[in-house]
Amino acid sequence: MSLLSIKDLSIDFGGIRALIDVNIELEKGSLTGLIGPNGAGKSTVFNIITGIYKPTSGKVIFDGKSISQKPYNNTKLGIARTFQNIRLFKNLTVLDNVKIAQHIHVQYGLFSSFLQYKKYLDGEKSQNIEAMNLLKIFNLDKHAYNLAKNLPYGEQRRLEIARALATKPKLLLLDEPAAGMNPQETKELTDTIRFIRDKFDITILLIEHDMSLVMDLCEDIYVMNYGKIIAHGTPDEIKRNPEVIAAYLGEEDIDEKEILSIEGGA
Amino acid sequence: MKQILKNRLLIFIGLFAIYGIIQILLSTSILNDYYEINIVLMGINIILAVSLNLINGFTGQFSLGHAGFMSIGAYTSAIITYKLGLPFPLAILVGGIAAGIAGILIGIPSLRLKGDYLAITTLGFGEIIRVIFLNTEYVGGASGLSGIPKYTNWTWVFWMAVITIVLIRNFINSSYGRCCVAIREDETAAESMGINTTFYKTLAFTIGAFFAGIGGALYAHNFYIIQPETFNFMKSFDILTMVVLGGLGSITGSILSAIFLTFVYAVLQDYAALRMVIYSLLLIVVMLFRPEGLMGTKEFSLKKLFKKGEKSNEFTLN
Repeated sequence: MSLLSIKDLSIDFGGIRALIDVNIELEKGSLTGLIGPNGAGKSTVFNIITGIYKPTSGKVIFDGKSISQKPYNNTKLGIARTFQNIRLFKNLTVLDNVKIAQHIHVQYGLFSSFLQYKKYLDGEKSQNIEAMNLLKIFNLDKHAYNLAKNLPYGEQRRLEIARALATKPKLLLLDEPAAGMNPQETKELTDTIRFIRDKFDITILLIEHDMSLVMDLCEDIYVMNYGKIIAHGTPDEIKRNPEVIAAYLGEEDIDEKEILSIEGGA
Repeated sequence: MKQILKNRLLIFIGLFAIYGIIQILLSTSILNDYYEINIVLMGINIILAVSLNLINGFTGQFSLGHAGFMSIGAYTSAIITYKLGLPFPLAILVGGIAAGIAGILIGIPSLRLKGDYLAITTLGFGEIIRVIFLNTEYVGGASGLSGIPKYTNWTWVFWMAVITIVLIRNFINSSYGRCCVAIREDETAAESMGINTTFYKTLAFTIGAFFAGIGGALYAHNFYIIQPETFNFMKSFDILTMVVLGGLGSITGSILSAIFLTFVYAVLQDYAALRMVIYSLLLIVVMLFRPEGLMGTKEFSLKKLFKKGEKSNEFTLN
């Protein structure tokens, strides 16, 4: 059964069609890559799935339900994301970053937090334990009380993933998780992503420019260019797809062929 | 658990000691009426500054309408005691609730706006509230309500300030309060973490307004008379000054700067001509050397005091 299905999705920004009839199906438990040159519309897809943008036409079905137009409701449905340009709560501690994301599962009410009942104390305690466990998985527990802005870049990226997981999602959207990482960090990240897919039993969709990471990690790949899905298949199929190669390496060859065919036709 | 109870007991004993000492000094007239007025004013200012800090400092929503909420609390409570002859505690509570309801009504439409736009809107709402009181004959119009019984004293102010500080602190240390801080830090990220930002902004606004109303109620029953002019936008700026000086996002800072500024203001009363000049210079100097405010976002805590070496979390449990 597919967890997420995107059907004929289009969106216009002013006069520009940023997405044209995009169709994506994600199987439960799959690890799917969404690749394509800059400006292809990958992040726009993410922004629609999470409810930040409203599509012009088409729909997104998540877990049998239509997604909401409110990002916070989609998080409650079980969609979590990271951002292309890291968006941590910079001036808060690493631990607080994770605890904020746990909010949708909070176990005590507003009233008991004013008076700090036992319910509040217990709830905070279990939140702390849970958050620390999560940080341990990402090897961030030693930084729990440091401010998020003081972490090195790679660890900030990891914290963003940890924070997204704290919402206990069914679907995790990673927007360029390896951006700005060195090969060693990318390698570690690959292992981490694979590990969380198995450990948390979730479905992952990731946008990435690092081809080695995508080819190594993903079982299924969608390729976008100019707002359209131009190819879909396994890493091996994608590697051999001429349209994908053209999109990445320039369209010189195709252009020449087109020109030739036009000339031939005339 | 045991440690927490022990700390709470310690804090309570400490508070009771402060209360007792000042109460004895006041009742034996070592501190005369002049001091009492200013001490009570300090308490009221603490309530106002801490409640505004929840909105401006912790939730990051720049509000300039705090005097408006204060005036709603002041007028409502005055009507209850003076016009209806009902008891003071009820007046404080209803004053707070009335201001809280106004907070919801004003918050829902205006909190869609951000930054400067929100500041201007709240400023406008504050003025609207003032003008409504100005034109309501029932509450005396421009000449205001006079003859309000003087119920506010050290006891009331001290314990109301303590309640305000404790409740707002507890709120901030809860999952709900963390949502508000998350909104200040990054609204888009907060929203994608499942936080209904409009709801939490309105919640913070309402809680802030509620306590401003309580501050207003205490204010009304301290000075015999309230006039719409008392609650103009200058009053909002005064409260904002305390918050910024103390540190946006530090309750301790708000308390210290409310005490400090009330003190400075009282001391300078003898130099009427120079008062505003010295007051302003003082603010400029502090802001030059501590642009993040006296306390920044740091808080005083017993835990830190006892374990100096350990790096402590801003939001850990007491």
